[in-house]
Amino acid sequence: MKKILTTPIADEDIKSLRVGDIVYLNGTLVTCRDEGHRRVIAEGIMPELPMDRIAIFHAGPIVKDVEGGWEMVSIGPTTSMRMERYEKEFLAKTGVKLVIGKGGMGAKTAEGCKESVAVHAVFPGGCGVIAAEQVEKIVDKEWPEFGMPEAFWVLKVKEFGPLIISIDTEGNNLFETNKVTFHERKEKALKSTSKEIVEMIAKS
Amino acid sequence: MTAIDKKTSMVEILGKFVDLVSKELPDDVMAKLTELREQETKPLAKVIYDCMFDNMDKAKKLSRPTCQDTGVIQYFVRSGAKFPYLGQLREILKEATIKATKSAPLRLNAVEVFDEINTGTNVGTNVPYIEWEIVDDSSNVEIEIYQAGGGCSLPGRSIVLPPLAGYEGAMKFVFDTIVDWGINACPPLVVGVGIGTCSNSSAVLSKRAMLRPIGTSHPHPKAAAMEISIQEGLNAIGLGPQGISGQNTVMAVHVEGMAHHPSVLGVGVTVGCWANRHGMIRFDKELNYEIISHKGAHL
Repeated sequence: MKKILTTPIADEDIKSLRVGDIVYLNGTLVTCRDEGHRRVIAEGIMPELPMDRIAIFHAGPIVKDVEGGWEMVSIGPTTSMRMERYEKEFLAKTGVKLVIGKGGMGAKTAEGCKESVAVHAVFPGGCGVIAAEQVEKIVDKEWPEFGMPEAFWVLKVKEFGPLIISIDTEGNNLFETNKVTFHERKEKALKSTSKEIVEMIAKS
Repeated sequence: MTAIDKKTSMVEILGKFVDLVSKELPDDVMAKLTELREQETKPLAKVIYDCMFDNMDKAKKLSRPTCQDTGVIQYFVRSGAKFPYLGQLREILKEATIKATKSAPLRLNAVEVFDEINTGTNVGTNVPYIEWEIVDDSSNVEIEIYQAGGGCSLPGRSIVLPPLAGYEGAMKFVFDTIVDWGINACPPLVVGVGIGTCSNSSAVLSKRAMLRPIGTSHPHPKAAAMEISIQEGLNAIGLGPQGISGQNTVMAVHVEGMAHHPSVLGVGVTVGCWANRHGMIRFDKELNYEIISHKGAHL
């Protein structure tokens, strides 16, 4: 059975999640990436929408203007690590419970997740149509001056996912753990590839 | 048709092709992704592959860009010297870009340099980006269209190494780049490696390598062996789809090279994401066209 989080998301629901779990989201999801984070933290300006216990999506969508509103054409995650600088403070300041993006985030965000009882999850990158289909409605648009990718789009979503938990409230960090393994494997693989290639070139 | 009609007709065809490339992955990429999906054994990685294929189906059915980041539109023109519209091609490519941006619709990704304001049209200074190559004396032209998101553009880099660093240094540069930057570039990746004589020749060659159809090998036996060796090495690291960890890291590794100055060895790396949106179309002097990359596709 699908595990579904619904906004406003309760702390208990967040605390029960562990890295590698797959969940889906019902409720309010807002897009917030580089410019949005800079505005909230560096400039201290909050959007009009209360963000307590909702979810944010590191994403820049393709949106079509239609009569009386907007239509979501394609939306998918962008690299979450770009928001590493501000995310911890952002979680503390806004009360956001779920951060969705691409790839992992760092130690500072993991601290923030622990302190503010929040998690980071990944939505598979490049799957913009699936995600768009799970957006029931674009409710509002704030900060239009940032342009289409960076504007603060307020979305109502249904069974939005799969979302793979990458940072939980216990300090576990899936991508940071993977990175250690990848670096170990790289040392070994590089040695053998280099040897093969250097020997082959030297044969001339 | 008059010359103006011809120009309009080429804009029309190319605009539709740019639109198509944003929505349907080319045959070589589809075939390789299908193969890698079958090889995958890890549960989380399989969930991601399922999602990718579901997304490709939906993109085609609903006629929507498969990934929301449709990139800065890039064209690689390989023309015969006698293609009659060569002089107008820059304008034609610009108009085709504007047309596809509206029809697809594509994301507005051209941020004007110095002013840092989104132009709102996907056209700006030197954008669409065009590379020109005069390949022979014929009257045909081949145009390759490429749409790369920011995520897979980010790892791209080149370096000029001293000769004693050699191919060993080059390999370290490639492996470090992929492991440090590849996760956020949406693996499984297409990796292009350029061996050149300066930073830009290496970068250009690496891009050319990345764009080569998957399943082709370099004609030089040593370069072909190098491609296999790097591919095996990178796959042993097992980034998996989205860097979640899995059986593979790459869809392909391609190498291109050139003779280089004895005192330097340039190395370039260009990375393409799994949603590798490249498309090739060929025109003759009458503007009869053939789509090379997407067999059976209609505009």
